[in-house]
Amino acid sequence: MKLLRLKPGHGEVVLAEGDVEVPEEEQLLIEAFRRQLDAGMWAAVPSKSSDGRRTAELVRQFADVPRDAERVIFFPRAAGGAQRAES
Amino acid sequence: MQLALGTAVVVLVVLVWELCRPRLMRALAQLREQRALAARRRDETRFDPGRELRAEQRARRLLRSCVPQEEWEMYRDLGFIRVWGSRGEAYAYLLYPHRPILAYVPQTGELLSEYCVAFPDESRPYGSHRLPDADDVLAKWIALSADERALVAEANMHLPGRQIDPDDVRRDLARLSRWERARSARLRADIARAV
Repeated sequence: MKLLRLKPGHGEVVLAEGDVEVPEEEQLLIEAFRRQLDAGMWAAVPSKSSDGRRTAELVRQFADVPRDAERVIFFPRAAGGAQRAES
Repeated sequence: MQLALGTAVVVLVVLVWELCRPRLMRALAQLREQRALAARRRDETRFDPGRELRAEQRARRLLRSCVPQEEWEMYRDLGFIRVWGSRGEAYAYLLYPHRPILAYVPQTGELLSEYCVAFPDESRPYGSHRLPDADDVLAKWIALSADERALVAEANMHLPGRQIDPDDVRRDLARLSRWERARSARLRADIARAV
């Protein structure tokens, strides 16, 4: 599993990578996951259903991430855009 | 008398210098540090088109790997993505990078509203809080796909025309319609060739 973060001026960066079936690596993933949520990020798991349809799910804790997920994507929390100029 | 006075002055100057020297050296070091920090910040925040281009290319690869093939091709060819509403084809959204999400009725082309939403990264790496264009579209797509209602509730809603010119949107809808027809024809031709 890879934890990725979308970053201005860079695109995604790999925050952590590991096998959830290996306890030490899972622990590192959990810690990195928590740090991102504490920093105010949203976490999403992109997935592909059996009929090939692509979708995404927002998760609030590491336990909600499917064990077979390949990626968790962190991105800044949505905020109502600027009233005038920028959205 | 003059000799004694002169000696006293020299001793005084040396004493004052010795007393002030550590402070002066510290102040000089701080000044050098501040200048170096300011220079580093200038370098970080300077707009670098090459860096932004690489970021967008990276973001496009990620977008392509996450959204359905049709949506990816739409972004690649048209610069925006259409996402159907959660209640079927009664309404849909247009996702533009760094512009409001636009809701409309596909059957009539009627524009419903603009949802102004942003994903600001306040850590501001490279001095900017704006994600690359494709990442901004991906964030909108994820948020809409995962929890449409929450995203719409978070956004500032406005009537159409506040930030996106309705004529531009109508032109984009016409482009989308032509693009879909061409894509369908291409897919049909591919299938016919394969059979």
